[in-house]
Amino acid sequence: MSEIAELDVAHVAKLARLNLTEEETKLFQSQLGRVLEYAEKLRELDTSEVQSAAHAVPVTNVFREDEPRGWLTADEALSNAPRQANGLFLVPKVLE
Amino acid sequence: MNLPDLPALSIAELQPLLRQREVSPREVLEALHARIAEVEPRIDAYLSLDLDEALERAESADVSLPLGGVPIAIKDIISVAGQPCTCASNILRNYRALYDATVIEKLRAAGAIPFGKTNMDEFAMGASTENSSVKPTRNPWDFSRVPGGSSGGSAAAVAADAAFGALGTDTGGSIRQPAALSGVVGLKPSYGRVSRFGLVAFASSLDQAGPLTKTVGDAALIMNAIAGSDPRDSTCLNEPVPDYAASLEKDLRGIRLGLPREYLIDGIDPQVRSAIEQAVMQLRSLGAEILDVSLPHTEYAIASYYLIASAEASANLARFDGVRYGHRAENPQNLLDHYGRTREEGFGPEVKRRIILGTYVLSSGYYEAYYARAQKVRTLIRRDFAEAFAKVDAVISPTSPAPAFSLGEKSADPLQMYLADIFTNAANLAGICGISLPCGFAQMENGTRLPVGLQLLGQAFDEGRILRIAHAYEQSTEWHKERPPLARGKRPASSVQL
Repeated sequence: MSEIAELDVAHVAKLARLNLTEEETKLFQSQLGRVLEYAEKLRELDTSEVQSAAHAVPVTNVFREDEPRGWLTADEALSNAPRQANGLFLVPKVLE
Repeated sequence: MNLPDLPALSIAELQPLLRQREVSPREVLEALHARIAEVEPRIDAYLSLDLDEALERAESADVSLPLGGVPIAIKDIISVAGQPCTCASNILRNYRALYDATVIEKLRAAGAIPFGKTNMDEFAMGASTENSSVKPTRNPWDFSRVPGGSSGGSAAAVAADAAFGALGTDTGGSIRQPAALSGVVGLKPSYGRVSRFGLVAFASSLDQAGPLTKTVGDAALIMNAIAGSDPRDSTCLNEPVPDYAASLEKDLRGIRLGLPREYLIDGIDPQVRSAIEQAVMQLRSLGAEILDVSLPHTEYAIASYYLIASAEASANLARFDGVRYGHRAENPQNLLDHYGRTREEGFGPEVKRRIILGTYVLSSGYYEAYYARAQKVRTLIRRDFAEAFAKVDAVISPTSPAPAFSLGEKSADPLQMYLADIFTNAANLAGICGISLPCGFAQMENGTRLPVGLQLLGQAFDEGRILRIAHAYEQSTEWHKERPPLARGKRPASSVQL
């Protein structure tokens, strides 16, 4: 239980680069608190000897020929950009 | 010559009319469009239509192909070149796909015509289609109820004869549960059976695209077109694709079906329970042997699923940064403000919740307690199924513990919404295949009838077998011929008389 109490939605939102309003922060704190409390069920199981399943199918090393193929042109790749000019994505200034 | 009510036909019923030139692909598309115009104000199943391009393709359609000239609706999370692909999210409101997903290429190669994008829970997160940022979709059987989700637009469109068939995606039940709640057939292929290239990723180890159709036979036809390996998706396995449609039979002798005792929980609606019990009797009368099986870790599936799916989602949705595509916040103070506000403005509440949950369970100090543990429980759930499939050919259960719920009923409590997936989550964790098909109705006090879905789960890459079992059951019942009240009477019997 102690770890549930440690869910700090405001802090996690910063890690996720996601601004939340105060109301959302409060609401998510209680809603996700309940979800995590429900997830405590998993502690009932002894998993010390169990391997984790990262994938649904055991498959490794799928190779294909390393050959160039046609793909989007620069103009196409820019066509959904919020702002673009001269074949470049325009972004806010990040360095002072 | 009197043409039948074209939109009411299944794909298999439509094909001979197209092949014998009784109708042209253009006429089919126009009839479907008229039907959509009629029912769409009631059900809101579509987010966008592009009939001009579809009509152009209809003119040159090769009706000799397996799906030649058949219009197919596409969930708005699957890329169709030149079409919007919004995932029902504000962050992708103005986004247009630049290429076809592999499943779309394959559908086109089989002659099918994508013509419209269907509504969904934002980024496929939800079980009701209420999380769409655009509009909720309504259940064709009762407009005050949800169609299920997240592929609720695809399910409602097929149920209302506003699509001959549709593609959806299923990460934790998002094809099967709306199929059940809307009274249609929905197949979730095994992980690795169908390419994920061109799908907007939600949870990459769980996502699969699959068909929603009026009949099991139609689901088999679409699977014939979309299954198979893809060099652009290394998780899509290079296994032979059988002819699913050709191997459908009506006899179940020698088939063993498992009834997991953990699935007959107290929380099941009594009318759902009774419909499933009747279906079990029907399957037995067709020659199937019914055995008890145990899936002892069932009660841990939802917790494991939501931790894993949210963790993967939080990583996948990091790509929405307002730089290359999608919404961007105006006048940022600095880079962090740009990211923070772009994502605040672009994502809806459920997506934000899952990003927070996923980021938390992956964060330093909590990874072992939540994410790593959930991945181990996933192994236990896979083992449960492996043991069950050593005894039986398929596992039977309800698809959903209850029929369609009312709009707004569960939206205030995310945990209640998550519990709607209780019978479907485990299949995604285990990577196996599952199908939902109509098996009866729940009679409501106000006189409406709500469809009940039967779920059959099969071993990985054993789609052929669950399709065969489902087809035999379907053809021995009349459920698939039942139409919602807004449709005009029953669908005609399997062979169309002209």
